[in-house]
Amino acid sequence: MRSSDARRAPLGLRAAAWAVVAFLHVPLALIVLYAFSAEDQSYVFPPPDLTTRWFAVAWNDRPDVWRAIRLSFEVASYATAFALVLGTLAAAALARTQFFGREAISLLLILPIALPGIITGIALRSAYSTLEIPFSFWTIVLGHATFCVVVVYNNAVARLRRTSPSLIEASMDLGADAFQTLRHVILPQLGSALLAGGLLAFALSFDEVIVTTFTAGQQTTLPIWMLAELVRPRQRPVTNVVAVVIIALTFVPILLAYYLTRADEPGAR
Amino acid sequence: MTHAVALERVYCEYGAVKAVDGVELAIAEGEFFTLLGPSGSGKTTCLRMIGGFALPTAGRVLIEGRDLTDAPPYARPVNTVFQDYALFPHMNVRENVAYGLMVRGVPRAERARRAAAMLELVRLPGVGGRRPSELSGGQRQRVALARALINEPRVLLLDEPLGALDLKLREQMQAELKALQRRLAITFIFVTHDQHEALSMSDRVGVMNRGRLEQVGTPREIYESPATRFVAEFVGAANLLEGDAARRYADGAACALLRPERIRLGSEAGARASGTVADRQYFGAFVRLRVELQSLQLAVDVPADGVVPEPGARVQLHWNAEAIRRLDGNG
Amino acid sequence: MTALAAAALPPVKPHPVSDFFYRRRALLVLLLLVPPLLWVGVVYVGSLLALLANSFFGLDHFSGQVVREFTLKNFAELGTGANLDVVARTVGMALAVTLACIALALPVAYYMARYASGATRAALYIAIMLPLWSSYLVRLYAWKLLLAKEGAISWVLAKLHLSWVLEALLATPVIGGHSLSFSPLGTFIVFVYLWLPFMILPIQAALERVPASLIEASSDLGARPAGTFWRVVFPLAVPGIAAGAIFTFSLTLGDYIVPGVIGDSSMFIGQVVSLQQGTAGNIPFAAALSLVPIVVIALFLWGAKRLGAFDAL
Repeated sequence: MRSSDARRAPLGLRAAAWAVVAFLHVPLALIVLYAFSAEDQSYVFPPPDLTTRWFAVAWNDRPDVWRAIRLSFEVASYATAFALVLGTLAAAALARTQFFGREAISLLLILPIALPGIITGIALRSAYSTLEIPFSFWTIVLGHATFCVVVVYNNAVARLRRTSPSLIEASMDLGADAFQTLRHVILPQLGSALLAGGLLAFALSFDEVIVTTFTAGQQTTLPIWMLAELVRPRQRPVTNVVAVVIIALTFVPILLAYYLTRADEPGAR
Repeated sequence: MTHAVALERVYCEYGAVKAVDGVELAIAEGEFFTLLGPSGSGKTTCLRMIGGFALPTAGRVLIEGRDLTDAPPYARPVNTVFQDYALFPHMNVRENVAYGLMVRGVPRAERARRAAAMLELVRLPGVGGRRPSELSGGQRQRVALARALINEPRVLLLDEPLGALDLKLREQMQAELKALQRRLAITFIFVTHDQHEALSMSDRVGVMNRGRLEQVGTPREIYESPATRFVAEFVGAANLLEGDAARRYADGAACALLRPERIRLGSEAGARASGTVADRQYFGAFVRLRVELQSLQLAVDVPADGVVPEPGARVQLHWNAEAIRRLDGNG
Repeated sequence: MTALAAAALPPVKPHPVSDFFYRRRALLVLLLLVPPLLWVGVVYVGSLLALLANSFFGLDHFSGQVVREFTLKNFAELGTGANLDVVARTVGMALAVTLACIALALPVAYYMARYASGATRAALYIAIMLPLWSSYLVRLYAWKLLLAKEGAISWVLAKLHLSWVLEALLATPVIGGHSLSFSPLGTFIVFVYLWLPFMILPIQAALERVPASLIEASSDLGARPAGTFWRVVFPLAVPGIAAGAIFTFSLTLGDYIVPGVIGDSSMFIGQVVSLQQGTAGNIPFAAALSLVPIVVIALFLWGAKRLGAFDAL
């Protein structure tokens, strides 16, 4: 660690900060270790022996894992697509306007992640039950899209607020109509923020379990599969392997999103 | 003769705020016209209504005789140099300059040729491949100018374009802008809060205050014959004579102006007033004295190379009768 | 002037649609808002209204069918002892988790905002953001491994000859239990772990906005580091703390998976809601019960707003 100019943190503070960071990451490291554990009956630590066998088992002998991954992938793709369209529209309408009710609308958009997932879940569940809508692929997508919209909206609004409004004026001043301005100026400016928002929305949907249990019926997304294994373990080593795969799969979009919107983050420089 | 731009009783209101309050203005073809005023005076809003970025709540905007009051910016034969330059960060300099041609569907080769010629015109050849972020403030400003001029506008709008530059560069750009305007023979409408800039560059100046146009005239008229008290105080240094002083020195006018440089020091014979030097400020080319009279203070500019009286010295003040300018209204 | 002497530019083409909306920006904003508002308004708010409506319906216990007649029976049932216990247990846990998160988040956030710079700051930011976005279930699963009787924590404590500490803790009533993974203590640890990043980032954002000169002024005026922290830094962090507390509080109140996987058999609101709507098929009662977190959170938000929490969101 590089200490900056004269401001060197007191030792206690530094130790506390890094201890908390360790607290956040040691459990994740442990998962990786367990994926190689040769022990298949208990969670004994330290693992008696290490093996890569379970990766092969998960890859070859567990079609249920593959089906779950596939379903989660499809749900997340559709939810992200809806969220991108709706979140971008909302951001375009609200980023630089002031009118009565504007705050209420932005609060409404944030509500699906501000309220506990179980409320979103039970609310959708009671709506489906009231309207007698049977569970399907689309009932899951509908639930996921409601909270994914916020993620895209937040990213897009942050970028639009950071972009000088005179860029749009300059474009129209130079002869571009609204559509040309959208294509040549607004979308290129917004592009990486939308990509980041889409990636985060995807990660969020891919990992969502609480709302999904209320809206999925008999369908098994990857988190639902994982939850079933948590409650009633079938083949613990395979669960360990899938956990590592999920970590690897979700870190990629999160890191990408971070690098795409670094300048929009107030905290990161 | 049609005017390049005419504002006919134009109002622009945001809720209860009258940003522009009944402005009537005609700007001739080929004129270098400056809107001068403090921030919030409505000068930028006037410019934005000519450019099409703000729509008037009442009145008409005519450009080259055509009523374009409600026309969007892309349908107007005017282009703008923005205060923050508004260069597109995702395009290089050449693409920025050629943007106006690109959206009009000019072929690529022709665009490149014209963009290069424009960059040469603003004396920035060879930077076409760079990003705006790699340029200095002065260079960005030139790119913004080239980008606005490539569309061959009849009128160029400049919104405090020199505000972000340091003094030396600003003075250089003032001279270049003026030369460019003469060479292209198009109308420039320039917005600034800097009176020196306004006086030194413009053919005519319009002084704005609280959404109203206080006075329109040549720089000389504005400086020497201000129409209102606001103009007198905003442009240049001013001694305002009121009440007793006005009665004594300005034949009983309600308010009168006496510029500090129009007052001379001299002998007792024929002196119009006498007083004591309270303070002095050195400005390089001249020294400004603060002279205490019985009931008022006067600023007096004297050459720095002559004999400058010490504070406390008794001085006799002289001026010509026409140095006193009567002012009407309260501005 | 080659450019200006060249052939005239092609004229600007007419743009009727663009012109129309240029003059009617309010209409454009409205049109942009219609799809997202329809979505959130109809799907989400509609569902919340359905939830509210259901909480006033009854259940025919013989047929298991929802009876769509107005009744306050569900709310009367909420007031019974067992259900009150569940509510008290959940809110108590949410408060404890929130306080623990504040205590752990403050040093990291303060260190990030004030001392770390450049690469360190970016690394810390990523280190906190990654767990925030990454899989909740996997992170929960990691703790199942850690807390298991034969798992890493027991092993480390045994190596340090501190197993008696763990045994003493597990023997303590209220927080203790059969093992770490079957005790309220375990539930608490996992909640703190899961929601901690949601507390760190808002505090860090709030402290980030405090100019360093403010803190330097305090030390300059003679305050010791601890004094500076409590009198200057902490009050400035309050909006961030409140914003983070909204997350930790709301997430704990609504969770039903953590206490199901790590914990003893005592129930939390989320579990009861989940059981009632699932196994029991009693959506009306589940709906009434899920209004409790909404009310608690509304009260919490109202309090947080008064502390200026929303400026830091």
